Amino acid sequence: MRFLFKTDYEDDIKLFPHSGYVVTYGVLLALLLIAPYVLSSYLMSQLVFVCIYATVGVALLILTGFTGQASLGHAAFLAIGAYTAAYLQKYNVPFPVYFLAAGLLTGIIGAMVGFPALRLTGIYLVIATISFALIVEEILARWESVTHGNEGMRVKTLSLLGVAVPRDSPTFYYLCLAVLVLTIVGTLNLLRSPTGRAFVAIRDSETAARSMGVNVALYKVKSFAISAAITGFAGVLFAHKLSFISPEMFTLQLSIEFIIVILIGGTFSLHGAVLGAIFIVMIDPFLTYLKDDMPGIIAGVAAAFGAGTATAGNIEAKVAAFASLNGLKGAIYGIIIVLFVLFEPLGLYGRWLKIKLFFQLFPLYKRATFKRQKIYVKSERNR
Amino acid sequence: MSYFRAENLSLHFGGLKAVDAVSFAVEKGEILSIIGPNGAGKSSIFNLISRIYRPTSGRIFFEDQDITEQPPYDIAKLGIARTFQNIELFENATVLSNLLVGRHRHSTTQLWQELLFLPSVRANEKVHRRRVEQVIEFLDLEPYRDKLISGLPYGVRKVIELARALCSEPKLILLDEPSSGLNVEETDDMSFWIRDMKSELGVTVLMVEHDMSLVNRVSDRVIALNYGRVLAMGSPAEVQQHPDVVAAYLGA
Repeated sequence: MRFLFKTDYEDDIKLFPHSGYVVTYGVLLALLLIAPYVLSSYLMSQLVFVCIYATVGVALLILTGFTGQASLGHAAFLAIGAYTAAYLQKYNVPFPVYFLAAGLLTGIIGAMVGFPALRLTGIYLVIATISFALIVEEILARWESVTHGNEGMRVKTLSLLGVAVPRDSPTFYYLCLAVLVLTIVGTLNLLRSPTGRAFVAIRDSETAARSMGVNVALYKVKSFAISAAITGFAGVLFAHKLSFISPEMFTLQLSIEFIIVILIGGTFSLHGAVLGAIFIVMIDPFLTYLKDDMPGIIAGVAAAFGAGTATAGNIEAKVAAFASLNGLKGAIYGIIIVLFVLFEPLGLYGRWLKIKLFFQLFPLYKRATFKRQKIYVKSERNR
Repeated sequence: MSYFRAENLSLHFGGLKAVDAVSFAVEKGEILSIIGPNGAGKSSIFNLISRIYRPTSGRIFFEDQDITEQPPYDIAKLGIARTFQNIELFENATVLSNLLVGRHRHSTTQLWQELLFLPSVRANEKVHRRRVEQVIEFLDLEPYRDKLISGLPYGVRKVIELARALCSEPKLILLDEPSSGLNVEETDDMSFWIRDMKSELGVTVLMVEHDMSLVNRVSDRVIALNYGRVLAMGSPAEVQQHPDVVAAYLGA
């Protein structure tokens, strides 16, 4: 275990507390840079989605994890970013311009959503953001002159400085990776400056934040705007990756997936957004694999235990019918959320910290280290 | 003109008069205590000053400026800091970041500068940190710098709340029961700190307190309240001898 001996205020401001971090993240970055030359095109495609989901995860962490404002409307922000890109592309606007425009527009709309949200907390805020998402979905379907309604919009191949960047090229992957890394660095910068601390203050006690001179309303709106803008940037990349967008891609289920990203990753650290994104992107092929292969495996097991061919076939058909039930995916997501909230509230990153600490302190690790202390004195009066 | 002044301050909840036409003044550099039985309206007066409640009527002046209509976050910017009776710290943050939030009213950097963490932001952070370290040294909080609030005992939290208020370099500090829940030694420390705040940092103190020995030791003047009204005002000894105060506490 390493003991840090701090000698300068700089030691608490640095992004990397010690040289070990530089090595670890350096190796990670190097691996990510050579990935296109090593991994299969399918895995590369999944990795691009991980980058996009992680970017949205970071955005949602700023709002939900650090400012404490829940949102189930991030699919709508993603949609606004994606449609802005697709619309501006029709007028031959260059990529850098419509990329920035999408972020800016989404940021402004995010701020506008933030204003009514000032008077709402907890579950009421969730409902407000859901209704915002539903409104946007409806507008996308009805405003046919701009969005082509339910027919959807084709997104042309990205062209960066006159060079075409196809959606499965390494360059497109590097672009997504760059956006993710810049988002993370920007967010870390924010968190170590007054604005980030004001966000955390609002999350933990609005009354105290106010009495310390934090303009709570202004900072909540700022948080909404920043979070929405980042999601808007991710939306542009999302549109290019899919090359076709339509309203039914940006449903409530997508917003819930984003919430899963941060809940499963861990809401207290940016690592959580990345781990959660990996989880959510990889669980889909895993579920498909289960759906395709599970009925056969179960029937095989039944046959091995002496079931006749007819019975085994019957079981296989029944399991297959169950596996292709409508809405089963949503149910599985729901169960995953419930299990994580109950048994791993700190998420995957919290589990990783526990494992790390176990080996650092071996054999002195205490299970209670991460137990939250119950707070008995908490005034709810001054709200 | 007085440094801080409340004129005919009232707070009514329907028919209940929590604070009823209370007037008082605080002179620069003094320690004024507000005492009174439970429900006398002491904390309500603090909540009126820091604008958690809006007064039903009456006006509040600070440094000859009418602050009755100022939004709550501006009160801190004017140099009035406060602590809370039931500790309102940022539970899931470290002591250091709690104290740095206290520096919020001095932060001047813009959002885009912070996103890029420009040298100006870095320089400002170091200035904030230096001021925070001075407060940490003043209140002997060195062992807790990097600890999370949620893991700290009550007595320490109480001191951290005082520290956070001091980090904002206030001109006037409102202490809501600084000694509640503290043992005898901790209360002693608290009384020294309150007096040092006055003499070394030049802070004016307005405090609500139940512990009469602490009140006697530190206060220049005392106000006694009951049922939202001022019963008596004067030196600690005078107020304790006042027949109305004796009646309010002993029910004679």
